[in-house]
Amino acid sequence: MCDVMLQPPAIEVNKLVKVYRTTRAVDGISFALPRGTVTGLLGGNGAGKTTTIAIILGLISPTSGSARVLGAEMPRQRYQVLHRMNFESPFVDMPHRLTVRQNLKVFGRLYAVDDLRERIACLARELDLIEFIDRPAGKLSSGQKTRVALAKALINAPDVLLLDEPTASLDPDTADWVRSHLERYRRERGATILLASHNMVEVERLCERVIIMKRGRIEDDDTPPRLLARYGRETLEEVFLDVARGRGEAAREAAQAREAAQSGETVQ
Amino acid sequence: MSGSSSGTIALAPHRVGAMVLRYVYLLRSSWSRVLELIYWPAIQLFVWGFLQLYISQNSGFFARAGGVFIGAVLMWDILFRGQLGFSISFLEEMWSRNLANLMISPLRPIEFVSALMTMSLIRLAIGMVPVTIFAIVFFGFNLYGLGLALAAFFLNLILTSWSVGVVVSGVVLRNGMGAESLAWTIMFILMPLTCVYYPVSVLPPWLQTIAWALPPTYVFEGMRALVMQQNIRTDLMLEAFGLNLIYFAIAVFVFLQLLESARRIGSLLQTGE
Repeated sequence: MCDVMLQPPAIEVNKLVKVYRTTRAVDGISFALPRGTVTGLLGGNGAGKTTTIAIILGLISPTSGSARVLGAEMPRQRYQVLHRMNFESPFVDMPHRLTVRQNLKVFGRLYAVDDLRERIACLARELDLIEFIDRPAGKLSSGQKTRVALAKALINAPDVLLLDEPTASLDPDTADWVRSHLERYRRERGATILLASHNMVEVERLCERVIIMKRGRIEDDDTPPRLLARYGRETLEEVFLDVARGRGEAAREAAQAREAAQSGETVQ
Repeated sequence: MSGSSSGTIALAPHRVGAMVLRYVYLLRSSWSRVLELIYWPAIQLFVWGFLQLYISQNSGFFARAGGVFIGAVLMWDILFRGQLGFSISFLEEMWSRNLANLMISPLRPIEFVSALMTMSLIRLAIGMVPVTIFAIVFFGFNLYGLGLALAAFFLNLILTSWSVGVVVSGVVLRNGMGAESLAWTIMFILMPLTCVYYPVSVLPPWLQTIAWALPPTYVFEGMRALVMQQNIRTDLMLEAFGLNLIYFAIAVFVFLQLLESARRIGSLLQTGE
């Protein structure tokens, strides 16, 4: 048996529930992400994506159920694995007055990165930061800030990378560039990536698996081609709209009926 | 290492150093932040220094007790600015929306608190050293002339300021920026109770009991005994130190409880009001 099969999943969520007072933000979800895979977490506002990611990161304690990262239970055993993880979100900033280089130096030291100077130089080259590396982080454009946030998220070369809307507010060119970099990083490092996004093009391009959430529950979970076939749709955006507007079941039944009719015609 | 408890206790100097570096970079980038560290203590010194000069010219008692007000104001500033230095460094993370980045890093709470304590000392040094020199030049009061007693006063005051800073940071962490004003105001409740400018005997008996439960009261009493009677009250300093150890342990415990509570209610991700 090969080593990969013996290893526990990179991320394992089991019957996870999070209740804020009277709101069930996450309602009994379970999934396991094998190492080296890219998975998209889709859902409208309030679907529970960010809460799920925050529990996986150890930022929020679950009400019940469990989330494990590389075998460690979060948040109880978080210090076993936090040095092997990282996170990027446009809703979390880095100190504005510090330059890009200073920020990367601070985070590199927090993660005890070996040969930090070389690591920063390497990230600056790969993510095209050289031009503004000595500029305060607060004075950068949205695209530049996203690249810097990505550099921070990659400073420790994480085995598990969690991304919340990584290309929000970016122009198409920069967004495409970020996606290419993530694809390359996953390929070279064998990292596991969990990506929450509203951008269906991004999810279709990057993810080999998509988990669709609605009101804290998993509505569907499959590969993009199978989801498209199941709902009889051309794009993931249409699938997303079917689920978001409560037409998911009807769309699935219609697709099944179409498929049955087509196979009937073929038989005749 | 496993479990949150062991993770909380372990301390890595390189991570404390990384956080101190982050705050030093911030101070270096902002001259207004550095100026502010000196500005308010200097204003306080000059107001109380000139008041002391005025009343000492009109009162035999105050002429004999030269330096009591200036000594008190400098000691009060160690207490107040020590806490403010701790709390402001923490608030910088909230203002810059950087807290989630730190909380998902390997930084342990005890390392974060250690870095904030170190920054409290650095900020205090930047603010207080010039002001103590002003006190010598303008009012002939040499704080360093208190010798070893000054070290005991300083240790007790800074420990109290850290205890308050730790609890305030925990409350802001748990409740968001709506609780920010605590950082600026909470210390003032100690001002009348710890008898900064007058002896404890002035208070009504029931208030004296509360005053003696607060470590800074011992320091201000000890400072007056030293300046006015040249009497070093080691007993007061030891009692204050004992109380400080208890309060600091309670403060760290409360901080950890508030941090866990913040994880339960999800406030580590949302750091607004």
